[in-house]
Amino acid sequence: MSPSAAEAIFPEHHYLNAGTTARSWLLTTDHKRIGLMYMIAVLVSLLLGGIFALLLRFEHLTPGPTYIDAITYNRLFTLHGVIMVWFFLIPSIPSIFGNFFIPIMVGAKDVAFPRLNLASFYIYMFGAAFTLWGMIHGGADTGWTFYTPYSTTTTTVVIPILLGIFILGFSTILTGINFIVTIHTMRGPGLTWMRLPLFVWAIYGTSIIQVLATPVLGLTLLLIAVEHAFGFGLFDPARGGDPILFQHLFWFYSHPAVYIMILPAMGVISETVSAAARKNIFGYRAVAYSSLGIAFVGFFTWGHHMFVAGQSVFDAGAFGVLSMFVGIFTSIKVFTWVGTLYRGAIRFTTPFAYICGFLYFLVFGGMTGIAVATVSLDVHWHDTYFVVAHFHFIMVGAALMGFLAALHYWFPKMFGRLYHEGWGLVAATLIILGFNATFIPQFLLGNMGMPRRYYNYPERFQTLHVASTAGSTLLFFGFVIIFIYLALALKYGRVAGRNPWGSRGFEWDTPSPPPTHNFEQLPVFTHGPHEYQEVPEVSRVA
Amino acid sequence: MNEFLRRLLFLPEQASTFATKVDSLHYFVIITTMLVSTAVGLTALLFFVRFRRRSETQTTPLLNPPWWLETLFVVVPLSFFLAWFARGYRDYVEMRNPPKNSMDIYVQAKQWMWKFSYPGGPNGIGVLRVPANRPVRLLMTSRDVIHSFYVPAFRVKQDVLPGRYSETWFEAVEVGRYQLLCAEYCGTNHSNMRAEVIVLHPEEFDNWLADQRRGRALQQDGAPTADEEPIVQADLLRQGEALVVRFGCLKCHSIDGSPHIGPTWLDLYLRREPLEGGQTIIADEGYLTESMMDPRAKIVRGFNPVMPTFKGRLAGPEVAAIVEFIKSLRSQPVEQARSRRPVYEPIRR
Repeated sequence: MSPSAAEAIFPEHHYLNAGTTARSWLLTTDHKRIGLMYMIAVLVSLLLGGIFALLLRFEHLTPGPTYIDAITYNRLFTLHGVIMVWFFLIPSIPSIFGNFFIPIMVGAKDVAFPRLNLASFYIYMFGAAFTLWGMIHGGADTGWTFYTPYSTTTTTVVIPILLGIFILGFSTILTGINFIVTIHTMRGPGLTWMRLPLFVWAIYGTSIIQVLATPVLGLTLLLIAVEHAFGFGLFDPARGGDPILFQHLFWFYSHPAVYIMILPAMGVISETVSAAARKNIFGYRAVAYSSLGIAFVGFFTWGHHMFVAGQSVFDAGAFGVLSMFVGIFTSIKVFTWVGTLYRGAIRFTTPFAYICGFLYFLVFGGMTGIAVATVSLDVHWHDTYFVVAHFHFIMVGAALMGFLAALHYWFPKMFGRLYHEGWGLVAATLIILGFNATFIPQFLLGNMGMPRRYYNYPERFQTLHVASTAGSTLLFFGFVIIFIYLALALKYGRVAGRNPWGSRGFEWDTPSPPPTHNFEQLPVFTHGPHEYQEVPEVSRVA
Repeated sequence: MNEFLRRLLFLPEQASTFATKVDSLHYFVIITTMLVSTAVGLTALLFFVRFRRRSETQTTPLLNPPWWLETLFVVVPLSFFLAWFARGYRDYVEMRNPPKNSMDIYVQAKQWMWKFSYPGGPNGIGVLRVPANRPVRLLMTSRDVIHSFYVPAFRVKQDVLPGRYSETWFEAVEVGRYQLLCAEYCGTNHSNMRAEVIVLHPEEFDNWLADQRRGRALQQDGAPTADEEPIVQADLLRQGEALVVRFGCLKCHSIDGSPHIGPTWLDLYLRREPLEGGQTIIADEGYLTESMMDPRAKIVRGFNPVMPTFKGRLAGPEVAAIVEFIKSLRSQPVEQARSRRPVYEPIRR
């Protein structure tokens, strides 16, 4: 392939106009359309969770009651957590971009089980509807962690919310199975495991966690619902139950779930960093295997959520050491991404801005994670704003950077048009700055000893709370800008053409947007997705 | 240096022996974190400046890290992480193992208050008094949901669980008042479940404890002044005894089981009483209170409805004191001593 420029063409037939009726969307088995439907659902969740977050931040402008009462505040932080974790972060990258790109990246016409794929979308919607119903009828006030025995005795409406998440779990499991089977059985000719795009590796690791961990969560939440409804006494010490048992079960899922959220984002960064620097990944195998390493070791660190909860000193030590090893897999990836930039040919585009943001947030958030896994330090930080800031750095900072990088990197492929690059950079700057302004004060609040989930707080914390709220407003405006320019780009954006980034990734070999069956002719793989000793045709943007 | 970093990182005052140890590790970990994350971000930007794309057809060499570099990627961070862990775990083990000579205080948490009991008295709500420079072991349990005992100035936190005892300890080094916060979400008023830890000089503490045990109210806010009627707050039972005499209850009720105008109080508590009209009732606190407030509501069979109401004459705490007094009247005397503290000894080698 000679490095030259091809005319950017908007194809006449593609998956978006293959059928225009509502039926053709709602009953589609096309993985790309299902990915788009997920995108709408997930973005609505992000909006809802984001609004709850802002309401919470504004409540904290004053130490006492500002404009909502304590029970409303408790419900809001519960719903914020539930929506952001289960309805936004967990499905976001796998269900949208995984669905859309995994089949294209492995050279398949669709996922292995297309109808199952559609079913898992509807299961997601059904679970969401259940939770929404519970929210409208009062909502729970337990926090997204549902700690017993509070959650089994509260008078708020927990059961529909628990059942909603329980149902949602099936969607996650089915999507995971679908991806695992697709990656194993549907790779095109020449696509060996060591030629798989790193995004596929990351989704593969994620899917394994989803399939193994989600059933545990489902059962645990069901047990709470049963205990709440019938008073079984599983977790209630007055009836001989054990409240700590719940925490072990819950974190056995919920710690790996953190990797369900961050691994796909790491996969996105591997793809985009290579494309932005036009350079091979500096240690492909290390990144690929470390995804599996995280998936594996991530299962054995749950106890670091419970250093002060009541477990033995030995357990705390074991979980502490194992947590350090999870950190190592992440640091291998970080060094590899930075190394990839070395002697590259870097173009500063919106996805690259998010890569820089991601690296910073992941390292800061990750190392504060190591800090809280350092057992004695955790005693002071546990259940304070330090922990809140730490996991927002990872789950919102890093995972959201990954999501936005994916959105900006693949937007031209999904819709065939380009967004306004200048506004893209403005929004990225606003979001990265706003994010720091929101959560750096929260790290300091945690150091001061501000416990989380406090409706009223002592006055000495006020200054930092106001700073944090100001930052969150900045963050919000960043999102508004993104929404506006992306919506405009859908109709008025310049035609992107097949490969606007000049990327070697396989998904860029097909037209943008891709035809219904993904390829004009089925691809044969002769090179890796991150090899830039040659440069493919860059589409000349009209 | 310590003071400068402590203020820079917004840490609270260091009022326990743990605080300085934990903070020195804290500084090291956080400064490394900030340096490394900034360095990584800056390196990425620096590489962008140095390795900009110069033409749309530019290609790049295939680079893979040599084995020694990969090893460094693993070994350098891992040695840092393990060093932090080793140091942190040592301190943690110390935090979890109270010294043998520590003084015990029982902590009971419930929605939404903290109660502190010293073996042999007294009990108190909302204020924990401890001596400085003496190890204090807290044995904690909850009456409802999970709470968490958190004193930022001591760098101490331990969840308080229903149905079991958890322990923590600290040694305060500075006399003063420190905030105690509940750190585990426990419902609507979680954020108001706060208390105060007052660290006293050891001698001052000993005096206070001795005063409390003698039943004398301390001269402090809320304590009765000289012209107020002295009320022995420490002992409901003696208060009840005095009230019974003052209100003339014993003109009609006997306390030794002998028949009189009204039912005898001996063994009355939890006795099954037959009523006029055929029902029976268990004489619990509710019934005893009702009989003082509205004596004619339930008449014990064989007695005349002659008792006047004491509604408006007895205040709430006085009713409780009389009930306590009635409860103490037993023909087979139960042990009058303070209930024994729960036997608790963590497994040690």
